[in-house]
Amino acid sequence: MHASTTQDGAAGRLVTIDAVMQQVAEHKGCGTQGGSGKASCGSAAGQGDLPTEIWEKVKNHPCYSEEAHHHYARMHVAVAPACNIQCNYCNRKYDCANESRPGVVSERLTPEQAARKVLAVASTIPQMTVLGIAGPGDPLANPAKTFKTFELISQTAPDIKLCLSTNGLALPDHVDTIARYNVDHVTITINMVDPEVGAKIYPWVYWNHKRYTGVEAARLLTERQLRGLEMLTERGILCKVNSVMIPGVNDRHLVEVNRAVKSRGAFLHNIMPLISAPEHGTVFGLTGQRGPTAQELKALQDDCEGEMNMMRHCRQCRADAVGLLGEDRSAEFTTEKIMEMEVDYDLEGRQAYQARVEEERVAKVAAKQEELATLAGAQSDITLLVAVATKGSGLINEHFGHAKEFQVYELSTAGAKFVGHRRVDLYCQGGFGDEDSLQTVIRAINDCHAVFVAKIGGCPKADLLGAGIEPVDQYAHEFIEKSAIAWFKGYLGKVAAGELVHTPRGDAAIRQGALIVAA
Amino acid sequence: MAYKIIASQCTSCSACEAECPNVAISEKGGTFVINPKKCTECIGYFDVPQCVAVCPVDNTCVIDTGYPRYQAAG
Repeated sequence: MHASTTQDGAAGRLVTIDAVMQQVAEHKGCGTQGGSGKASCGSAAGQGDLPTEIWEKVKNHPCYSEEAHHHYARMHVAVAPACNIQCNYCNRKYDCANESRPGVVSERLTPEQAARKVLAVASTIPQMTVLGIAGPGDPLANPAKTFKTFELISQTAPDIKLCLSTNGLALPDHVDTIARYNVDHVTITINMVDPEVGAKIYPWVYWNHKRYTGVEAARLLTERQLRGLEMLTERGILCKVNSVMIPGVNDRHLVEVNRAVKSRGAFLHNIMPLISAPEHGTVFGLTGQRGPTAQELKALQDDCEGEMNMMRHCRQCRADAVGLLGEDRSAEFTTEKIMEMEVDYDLEGRQAYQARVEEERVAKVAAKQEELATLAGAQSDITLLVAVATKGSGLINEHFGHAKEFQVYELSTAGAKFVGHRRVDLYCQGGFGDEDSLQTVIRAINDCHAVFVAKIGGCPKADLLGAGIEPVDQYAHEFIEKSAIAWFKGYLGKVAAGELVHTPRGDAAIRQGALIVAA
Repeated sequence: MAYKIIASQCTSCSACEAECPNVAISEKGGTFVINPKKCTECIGYFDVPQCVAVCPVDNTCVIDTGYPRYQAAG
């Protein structure tokens, strides 16, 4: 079962909400500005049984296709600072430049600056195929800025897909405009369909010139979110639903949310772990509300998966993120830098590059199918997780010590399935040495039986083995899934021969602290 | 009285700017300020001051006691 043990904010029961709100107001975070509460940007492998017209929409959208996210990049432009709701997992004052999470940005852009930035990034990163507006507030609480940005970009870079991520409160008012600007991907953050649950997540919403609080606010929000979702899917616009998993508040309820959004035509459901580090100064951070463990999150995602596609590769990125989902190159594209860049929008060059990416992709899928065929006929109930160090392209191509995250695959006789990722960055608080960072990695992948790397040093190798995790470097620079299946075949063989005994692993921790830029 | 914005608490999110019926709010030095000559406390427009209702940080848009109470015309 999913996420059951809860100690939700025990400390929070002792604190009055007014006191917390004042703390939130006074909190300065790491000293910059901005911030809201949503993540943008999800689905499994290749086309599979997707209709061709939908596959065409998602195949190079890293957020809507798990498979695409190994190859294609996205960018967000922070043109929408205002928000119309307050969420207990968001603190609008907090912005640490070294931090990566939804709602955080380093600088706000005008629509004109945003259009310039898109051209600069598209010229530098030819596999950048998607432009999203995800805040730092709510795009539809800033409709003029949001749609002006889309207009400018559709004129100068017509091949780039447009998407936005909203809390949904203002959505019904803007559906026709969204359709007119050819925005064909919309993400709505829906954390509840029961206003009683909503009242624990949203202190207030601002709608029609009035602030609503409590159950009334949550009822208004859920009605408008679900109506907006219906209106979008009626128009053939692809919708992803993001939900923040808050143990003890909405964890079990998200199964109900999953049914509600599926019945209204949502394409994909992305259940993300609550980020609630106290230093972020959010209400949940200050009341001690915990986030889920890796296994609690996976169990809930597994429970919902029978109903619809689940996104498991979301990195809960910043509202100004640039690059592949697992990386953030936003520091290369500050306003100052893009104004100096020579921008050469080479549509043909971009298309040629993307054609090569498609070839790479086809080769990867063929390799996986070939290896999977060798597993045919194997009989075993064993299911286990492995971690992979990768820089992208679907390859095991990152050194263990350089990895900022590990991708997690579930292996069974059915094959290799991407089920998540674990960030292992060093923490903002400082004071962590190499030994501690190794412990951080082990905690993050503690539920895995093996870790696949391009290269690994002798010391970490010994420590991983000590922790019961097998370091595997024999598949360096080969395809992830093909290699994982080959290794799994060997593992099953050893178990069958009695050379090793299969034992289940424990749980793992989800990173909570702020990112620091790697030296 | 007019409303004022406590600069140290302002997140510069700009939400108030668009909601002010008097176009009294603008960005100045990185945060937003209310022009007291234009502020009507939203009297005659809305039941509650819009900057207060939309501001994400409580106790940031507050009454500026340095100005006399706004008198609605008529």
